[in-house]
Amino acid sequence: MPENIYITASCTISENNICKNEQLVFTGSTSNLSEFLVAAYRHFALEYPKFYKMDTLSKLGWLANEVLLQDSFDSTKYSPGDIGIVLSNANASLDTDIKYYDTTKTFASPALFVYTLPNIVIGEISIRHQFKGENAFFIFDRFDAGFIEQYVSNLVNNNILQCCICGWVDVLDDLYDATLFLIEQDKTANSVNFTKENLNGIYQIELSALSR
Amino acid sequence: MDKLMSDLKSQIIAQLNLQDTKPEDIGDDQPLFVEGLGLDSIDALELIVLLQQHYKIKLSNADDGPKVFHSVRTMAEYITAHQAQHA
Repeated sequence: MPENIYITASCTISENNICKNEQLVFTGSTSNLSEFLVAAYRHFALEYPKFYKMDTLSKLGWLANEVLLQDSFDSTKYSPGDIGIVLSNANASLDTDIKYYDTTKTFASPALFVYTLPNIVIGEISIRHQFKGENAFFIFDRFDAGFIEQYVSNLVNNNILQCCICGWVDVLDDLYDATLFLIEQDKTANSVNFTKENLNGIYQIELSALSR
Repeated sequence: MDKLMSDLKSQIIAQLNLQDTKPEDIGDDQPLFVEGLGLDSIDALELIVLLQQHYKIKLSNADDGPKVFHSVRTMAEYITAHQAQHA
């Protein structure tokens, strides 16, 4: 059981909706994923032109992270090396790999090629916020709360990280879902203990709230 | 030349996914990289692809890149000169 580690915020994007701390904060009016992500980007008034150049996986993870941290995160409490990112998914970068492969039949796209690794989404988030802590991207069949709890707790308990953004960011064609958690050592009014039960609970609650 | 520069601006926006940029936002002589439009090294590769795709031009000497891709006007001049050579 991790000591003094808390989930201080969460964000889920799925089924054309965005949930922050188990509350619905945005609903898209289009079933097209790319259009939905751009609509959400504009809704939250995020000014970061590079967003448009990202692949779908990076857009999804980057957007989930922006909503996760908005009004929830005080970066001045940490130095850049104290903040890490641990993500996972089932389809790695396959969505972009396929799109890139298609371009190789005519003119291979350098802009797509640079996104043919799943951990690029971690790079995009890190560049945006200047996070320089430990990071990793794992591939699982489904969200593995037990692994995330164990891996992130190890980083925090061994003083490698003071804060971690972790969770699940997955996309393939029109199927997508992302759930990110903000993990910190300071308890807040709405925080819950960082346990696999709470990770799974939030993941399931937010996903089911969005699929209604 | 004006028509070519206008076409290039639209093609650059499409190729580089500059969705918040309109053709009229790009000046004919505005630097495309760093302090101008803020393009990066991956964008430079995409511009090389754009030349191949739309104008059948292969940049033969990589050292020419900074000069050719300095602005929309320098790109248009390079394309015009290349087309004249191969007419």
